[in-house]
Amino acid sequence: MSRSDLVSVLYIVSFGMFIYGLMGLTGPRTAVRGNRIAAVGMAIAIVATLLIPGIGNWGLIVLGVAIGTAVGVPAARSVRMTAVPQMVALFNGVGGGAVALIAWVEFRHTAGYADEPTYVAVFSLFSAIVGSVSFWGSNIAFAKLQEILPGRPISIGPGRTQQVLNLVLLGIAVACAVTITAGADAEILMIGLLVAAAILGNFVVLPIGGADMPVVISLLNAFTGLSAAATGVALNNTSLIVAGMIVGASGTILTNLMATAMNRSIPSIVAGGFGGVITTGGGGGGDGEERPVRSTSAADAALQMTYASQVVIVPGYGMAVAQAQHAVREMTKLLEAKGVTVKYAIHPVAGRMPGHMNVLLAEADVPYEQLKEMDEINGEFSRTDVSLVIGANDVINPDAREKADSPIYGMPILNVDESQSVIVLKRSMNSGFAGIDNPLFYSEKTSMLFGDAKASVGEITEELKAL
Amino acid sequence: MLLTNLAILVLAGFVGFAVISKVPNTLHTPLMSGTNAIHGIVILGGIIVLGLGVDGFLSKLLLVIAITFGTINVVGGFLVTDRMLEMFKGKRPPREGEGEGES
Repeated sequence: MSRSDLVSVLYIVSFGMFIYGLMGLTGPRTAVRGNRIAAVGMAIAIVATLLIPGIGNWGLIVLGVAIGTAVGVPAARSVRMTAVPQMVALFNGVGGGAVALIAWVEFRHTAGYADEPTYVAVFSLFSAIVGSVSFWGSNIAFAKLQEILPGRPISIGPGRTQQVLNLVLLGIAVACAVTITAGADAEILMIGLLVAAAILGNFVVLPIGGADMPVVISLLNAFTGLSAAATGVALNNTSLIVAGMIVGASGTILTNLMATAMNRSIPSIVAGGFGGVITTGGGGGGDGEERPVRSTSAADAALQMTYASQVVIVPGYGMAVAQAQHAVREMTKLLEAKGVTVKYAIHPVAGRMPGHMNVLLAEADVPYEQLKEMDEINGEFSRTDVSLVIGANDVINPDAREKADSPIYGMPILNVDESQSVIVLKRSMNSGFAGIDNPLFYSEKTSMLFGDAKASVGEITEELKAL
Repeated sequence: MLLTNLAILVLAGFVGFAVISKVPNTLHTPLMSGTNAIHGIVILGGIIVLGLGVDGFLSKLLLVIAITFGTINVVGGFLVTDRMLEMFKGKRPPREGEGEGES
């Protein structure tokens, strides 16, 4: 068997492992193993690539891998579970960046694809555009989630200007690509393409509201996958094609599943969803008057929950920010010791990423059986004495069910308002990430406990101990 | 060659669709993070182009950056996913207090 046959065989083994690993990732029981299988597949693919006859420049390759490992490992090790969404955005971005850079060098190396078949130019340029969009888009998504940039939609110009501008930018990028494919060898065209795509990436993500960010990251993830597959076709590398395409396809489905869970369509999100509908400010509703809210104390909250027979805890991003999951778990244990049934209601898009809450609560050792998905728990709220909302907002907003002109109308929500009483832990009366007012807070059933979620839960726990 | 590759491309696309057709919401985050790590496969592209030789300082520099990026994507992606999934694991047998956890 020749060396290049060996490489091909190893590639087949590697993408077999990617597929098998990914299948594992779809079930909680097999997920850890699945992820590791995929990682081993990746290692095999890299080794196989190094075995390709004629590979040189070892020093530089090792240098790149070493720097990447030095940056990636500590980042992945130290990131808090609450910050995982932005970390994924960042990792996704660098992947897209790598694709774009490779395409750029391809262009330089082949003198504008002079002696290459047309399809190589087409796929390579496609990967350059998509990779560049993905890199910059992911960076903006990261900045928004990390709150370097404000989470609310930022749009450029009034009305449809944004969309028109995006189309123009896409037009410029495609025009550069077509000119290059037609035979022009001017690096300025390639740079123009990359810059236009970069600005496009920025402009596409900037107007998207924070609440839609998980869907955007998933979409960009799919994009990076597709661009990797295109790189694979241009370089005639099966492992790249298969892995990239699997990610592209599965990412698309995943994006769709998430969008469905939020009752939003992908085109409307990309077209600047919330940003397009809402006028500035948090008003939204007609009666923007100061309405009375009832605030409560930790002692009252503790008392109320002790005499409940069933308490449902509704966690949201506020719990994540305050790192309150361990405190919540401790409070729950005390309640259970007093004979209260405690369940957790997990909205599919609570937090900044689907499944975000499950990760955090699993970290705090909350038993899996207590975590209830939306469909499971919604029938139970009418039998619930107290719903304790910890830093969630939009996922419990009754407007989504009742008010047809609300931007989130139609999004499935947790029917917290059906329970006997509601306690909301919240930092202040600021509206949620989506910037929409929530009538639940003004309901007579609801009492608000203001303050940092972790501190509030801690106080309640102390009160419970004293009872 | 193009046609073979296109055939692989299309088939892989359908495999991707088939694998992810039904996933519980719980696992969306790890799944996204895991697939995210897999597209770090672009590092292969960087290695091939650099390894088979390019001229000029700028091209080499760009490729080293590309390989660095790819490595961050791969290594970071798999590690984060692993950390996340470890927290799901061991929850089903009603936990015999071992709570080591890293973070």
